[in-house]
Amino acid sequence: MTVHVVALGYQPNWWPILKSGFMGNALIGGTIVALAAGLIGYFVVVRQSAFAAHALAHLGLPGATGAVLLGVPVVVGLGVFCVGGSLVIGLLGKRAADREVVTGTVLAMAIGLGLFFNSLATKSSSTMTNVLFGDLLAISDGQLVSFAILLVVLGLSVGIIYRPLLFSSVNAVVAEAKGVPVRVLSIAFMALLGLSVTMAVQAVGTLLLFALVVTPAATAIMLTPRPVLAMVISTTVSLGAVWLGLCASAMFNLPPSFPIVTIACAIWSIVWVSNRRRVAMWQKSISASPTVTSSTRQAAATSGN
Amino acid sequence: MSLSELPVTRTALAFTDVSAVRGGRLIWSDASFTVPAGGIVAVIGPNGSGKTTLLHMVLGLLPAASGQLEVFGRRPSQGRDSIGYVPQHYAEGAGEAIRGIDAVLLGLTGNRWAFGRSTAAQRKQAGKALAAVEATDIAERRLSTLSGGQQQRIAIAAALVAQPQLLILDEPLASLDLRSQHDIVALLARLHAELAVTMLVVAHDLNPLLPIFDSAIYLLDGRAHYAPIRDVVDGVLLTRLYGIPIQVAHTQEGEPFMRRAL
Repeated sequence: MTVHVVALGYQPNWWPILKSGFMGNALIGGTIVALAAGLIGYFVVVRQSAFAAHALAHLGLPGATGAVLLGVPVVVGLGVFCVGGSLVIGLLGKRAADREVVTGTVLAMAIGLGLFFNSLATKSSSTMTNVLFGDLLAISDGQLVSFAILLVVLGLSVGIIYRPLLFSSVNAVVAEAKGVPVRVLSIAFMALLGLSVTMAVQAVGTLLLFALVVTPAATAIMLTPRPVLAMVISTTVSLGAVWLGLCASAMFNLPPSFPIVTIACAIWSIVWVSNRRRVAMWQKSISASPTVTSSTRQAAATSGN
Repeated sequence: MSLSELPVTRTALAFTDVSAVRGGRLIWSDASFTVPAGGIVAVIGPNGSGKTTLLHMVLGLLPAASGQLEVFGRRPSQGRDSIGYVPQHYAEGAGEAIRGIDAVLLGLTGNRWAFGRSTAAQRKQAGKALAAVEATDIAERRLSTLSGGQQQRIAIAAALVAQPQLLILDEPLASLDLRSQHDIVALLARLHAELAVTMLVVAHDLNPLLPIFDSAIYLLDGRAHYAPIRDVVDGVLLTRLYGIPIQVAHTQEGEPFMRRAL
């Protein structure tokens, strides 16, 4: 018996694999998830809610294992826990300082519950793996329908609240003074994030969701400060990662989540490095020009100006 | 001289027995005064005396606990279109993600629902606001790459773009170097003259702004008062206000300034 240390082999029949039925579902499902992730991801980064997105993904664990325990569809458990958790974080975490603590507490409770539910259920260990790492290749027709509905809800909602949401993300008090319902928008955003996470968890799993929701959006914002263009780039990067990842998965017989995450992170790394260079060069050019510094201000103040 | 040629003095803010409560605590009370339109009004008082509370009340973010406050004859929550607000820090966390021009456009369209591109007329209006604060050349840059003074200009343009009658500035000189402080004071004076906009300015350090203030709302011992600036720049009053001995001296040009008394 031969032992494969690295079981990474090229599969010459990858094209037929890509055209098979389960791959079709994976491609359609992955496309929908990528569009949703790229769209909501932009606001996750602008609103500095990456930790909330991370925590919500982990709410999928008790959601899915709990659903198996009760014998209800996994997507229902995911939806209840992710959207419910997002509302808890949205309602309790009014101030940024509170939000970190509330989010972390919800995260810890979720993982504890997930472990508990899993210990109660007898045959949910495969559910556990699926929730942790996702299973794009096992997406059913029913899931596709729910994905499509969620994407339409998300797209319409973001379309309606886009400008007030961006305004309140840039400066909440200024927006509120202009009559924008900042609190309502904040909770609506968290609910939309909960919906997107419910979907994305099924594709890439709780542990890897960050790479599909936050990483492409962060990449896009490094590339452009134009909000709409950033959203287009963010969804394009998500889409590219999912499509290329599925191809790689068929070519090398890999679980799709791995190449998807690898591609998203690789693009981010390249943009990050080139961005750092650009910023460093820009700072050099700035420091070359003389400016009034705080030390001159101090000197002027003490001289009784 | 006919009646219509007389200068019309409108009322910007009318306080009638207003008191402010925040978190169940009485912050200040007995505010009864009217602030005429057209001036640059200081809002002064020690930390925790309720300056921000007063701003939030005028902005319609906090109701008066008792009494009545009118902004240009309307309840504050109904007069939002007539007020522009410049916070202490404009881009708290999103400075990396947007440009100056985006911030200014949001000042115009940020409270409108449904996705929509800004119209040519809106972009022209944003361009005018940016030109008014001399920020045209930095409009395309990310907010995070701008200096404190440049960010302050963008924030002022974002407030001015909707053509408010009242501009509210919260510590506009905080964490700015001396030259930027001077530039912002000169800018406010020019905008005030050109746009005939009433300004309400919260400031800790009065000295750089004294030349342009003409009156002040001051919060002393839990009460809000209003007086011309020459009455406020008084050693005895300022000593009570700040809790340390303050002396009013004059520069060689005759401009008053306050300093710690020896």
